[in-house]
Amino acid sequence: MTVTLEPAIHGDRVSLLRVLGPAHVWALGVGIVLVGEFTGWNFAADKGGALAALIVCWVVGLLYTSVAMIDSEVTSTVAAAGGQYAQAKHIVGPLMAFNVALFLVFAYTMLEVSDAILLGDTIVAKAGVEGLTHNSFIAATIVVLAWLNYRGVLMTLNVNFVITAIAYISIVILFFSVSPWTQGAVLKLNELVTPGNALPYGWIGVIAAFQFGIWYYLGIEGTTQAAEEVRSPARSLPYGTMAGMITLLIAAAMTWYVCASMMPWEYLGITYYPLWDAGKLTGSPLLENLLFVATLLAALASANGCINDAARAWFSLGRDRYLPTWFSAVHPKYRTPYRSILFLLPIALAFAFIADLNQAITFSILSGVLQYTFMSINIVMFRKKWPLGSIRRGYTHPFHPIPAVVLFCLCVVTFFAIFLGFGSQLIAMVAFYFLISLWFHFYRYRFVRRGDQFTMPWPKPQGY
Amino acid sequence: MWTVLSYACWGISIVLALWMLYDWFKVDTTFSEEVLTSSREGELEAVSEKHRI
Repeated sequence: MTVTLEPAIHGDRVSLLRVLGPAHVWALGVGIVLVGEFTGWNFAADKGGALAALIVCWVVGLLYTSVAMIDSEVTSTVAAAGGQYAQAKHIVGPLMAFNVALFLVFAYTMLEVSDAILLGDTIVAKAGVEGLTHNSFIAATIVVLAWLNYRGVLMTLNVNFVITAIAYISIVILFFSVSPWTQGAVLKLNELVTPGNALPYGWIGVIAAFQFGIWYYLGIEGTTQAAEEVRSPARSLPYGTMAGMITLLIAAAMTWYVCASMMPWEYLGITYYPLWDAGKLTGSPLLENLLFVATLLAALASANGCINDAARAWFSLGRDRYLPTWFSAVHPKYRTPYRSILFLLPIALAFAFIADLNQAITFSILSGVLQYTFMSINIVMFRKKWPLGSIRRGYTHPFHPIPAVVLFCLCVVTFFAIFLGFGSQLIAMVAFYFLISLWFHFYRYRFVRRGDQFTMPWPKPQGY
Repeated sequence: MWTVLSYACWGISIVLALWMLYDWFKVDTTFSEEVLTSSREGELEAVSEKHRI
């Protein structure tokens, strides 16, 4: 379709552009997540062995399937930029919404930082040139993608669709290149994963592996940030999100099978490039180079989606006066939240230059799991306040409240796993959110126009 | 080659960052603050959703 880029001001208003379809929603969600198959998930093997990495693949898959179903129902009804922030505002209240928006901004900005560091490190590892540092590649990744986001959401997500698809196809090509139906030729799963070494640390190792199992799917909930820019939110968001989740479950299973069949768990658990290494181990230069390029593309797609999502969450905070309204400006020509994009750009650059990969990843995961915990409570309140039949839903998730209970329980296990590995960071982050909540409650909330922030034309909730 | 690519990355980053700053300045001096911050949440839904089941 053709989109005019002339200044588009309708009456006195300028708003985000509704141009996206289900494929863009898929590209946003899978684009953010797919990098987790190229690095991240494999650290679960270091925590609990190769079998633990497989167990968390499915159990955390259950967590994220619950996330995708719950998110699809609520966001097909609360179709606004900010995603889970707008949901929290309407269903729980302003303080929860403020916290959720910060979870979102932290999770996506730190993930963007991690992606940029990964991309820089991958290029430096490939180059093998003395004195070459990753800083220039990090800067280019963050600035070029911010520029792309600045110029418009349609091109941003078209690019994401193409590079995500290439990265995904590379996993499929690798899978079929190693004769997955034959053990012993290239794959040696029965030799590498034996009853003796499958769970080297027992079941506590499986629990510890949850922390990195999150990487198989971290960020799929980011699809909801596109709610205000899709042509048909009630249809596109559930369709794109659920299709994305199915895609990722398949990619995760293929990735584990190939990598665990080619590398011993001791190495798999510490390498930064499990799929690229698998490509090298096939002995094919073509596969090696394909997986190298795919690793870069997956990191780019993830960072691109993260800039999109973090900016929209920040923009929504400004629009409701939770932060200065200055952040809620929309570019009159490109129809993007350009000030939010520009504000977050130097923050991402600063973290990318001073933080290391592990710290950035941990902060991203922590914020993500806090958000998922909120979602399990949010859906119960949503169904209680507005039962089925009281408002129109684009999608109704089945078996309520089982997905909410499963999600909550798995979040508790994941918190415990994070506490085992990064206890001090967990406590520091919770303390940060507590202090910022006090600031919001006692100072910032006085600037909020309380009636204006609730925009959904819903009937009164039950019990009010 | 990699060193040249590294310098090219710095160059591209600086050029695009300057372009964004220029465009930001141009937009903010061309349009009023009221217009730029006039976006409202849920406007389309308010028109299209009647909530009659």
